[in-house]
Amino acid sequence: MSPAHYVFLAVILFVIGAVGVLVRRNAILIFMSVELMLNACNLAFVAFARMHGNLDGQVVAFFVMVVAAAEVVVGLAILMAIYRARKSASVDDASLLKY
Amino acid sequence: MIEHVLANGGAGGTNLDPLFDEAMFWILAVLSVSAGIAMICVRQAVHCALMLAVVMLSLAVMYAMQGAPFLAFVQVIVYTGAVLMLFLFVVMLIGVNSVESLKETIRGQRLFAALGGIGLAALLIIGIGHAAIGTAAPVTSASNTDNLTGLATLIFTTYVFPFEITSALLITAALGAMVLAHRERSGPKPTQREVARRKIESGQVQPEPPPGVYALHNAVDLPARLPDGTTTDRSVSAAIVQRDLQLGRDPQGVVAADLADEERLETEEQLEADVRGREEQ
Repeated sequence: MSPAHYVFLAVILFVIGAVGVLVRRNAILIFMSVELMLNACNLAFVAFARMHGNLDGQVVAFFVMVVAAAEVVVGLAILMAIYRARKSASVDDASLLKY
Repeated sequence: MIEHVLANGGAGGTNLDPLFDEAMFWILAVLSVSAGIAMICVRQAVHCALMLAVVMLSLAVMYAMQGAPFLAFVQVIVYTGAVLMLFLFVVMLIGVNSVESLKETIRGQRLFAALGGIGLAALLIIGIGHAAIGTAAPVTSASNTDNLTGLATLIFTTYVFPFEITSALLITAALGAMVLAHRERSGPKPTQREVARRKIESGQVQPEPPPGVYALHNAVDLPARLPDGTTTDRSVSAAIVQRDLQLGRDPQGVVAADLADEERLETEEQLEADVRGREEQ
């Protein structure tokens, strides 16, 4: 398959992830949608690496994976702290700054 | 088959059978997109995580098909193995009982989100469609080395500074997670004597019986029976009761049926014993 197919698939997965971020209200599920978006970007990077015939895209995808792992660790720890304070993981409940 | 996929070593390597390549791509594409859509639609957080695992594993196979076997393995080990398990841990810790309500808090949020998604997809697809994405580059001398060797060379030469920064990032993340998940103890730690005294005062000295003890079935959703014949709800996890209620089942239904069964067995045994006693006389 040509790299273009993979790029279009990555676009579709990215959009699904973006819609998930907008629609879901549980913070964990929003996080999962963000992970889906990052994965879609990785797929595009790998496709571009194959298109150009070098490995730089794969290296970037590798770094994206590392950063995503770090982000998940900190994000889930924040989520735990919020849940411990408010007994809820819904993003609608964390609205103290609104009033 | 997997050797066939992984044999595709170099960056531009396309020694896959074209028909096989195409069939694999379409199967995986349909699988990953439908799993992605299911992920943003299902209500249970655990199902969501499983759908995400399907997407990630399909992407791993796609990496292998595109000449990135190292990334494929990292995807399986780091993403599906570590990150997703972390997600599942947190779901089990905080979210397994909380089913998201389907009521919209912002009116028309779903509609606008879907419209925005379609708009974004159209924008990206039209934009990328106008860009000329070439076919896969032929295997050149720069890329026909082993995938792993090539990646290692790049990471430790061109990208060595970002790689070093990554280590700082990982240490910061680990420290941050420790600080955020740490709970400050508000009182002094109870001594063994205090713990024992509290236990005696509470009237429950022995631990709770595990579910299924002395019941007719040995299942986790079956409350244990105390020596006096009554059942204790405290032996069943609240999550299981919650799930029964969600599925519209009576959490006590099995127990009631069990008790009726047992009564019937007892009366039958009694009758049999009576009959035997009369025959002996």
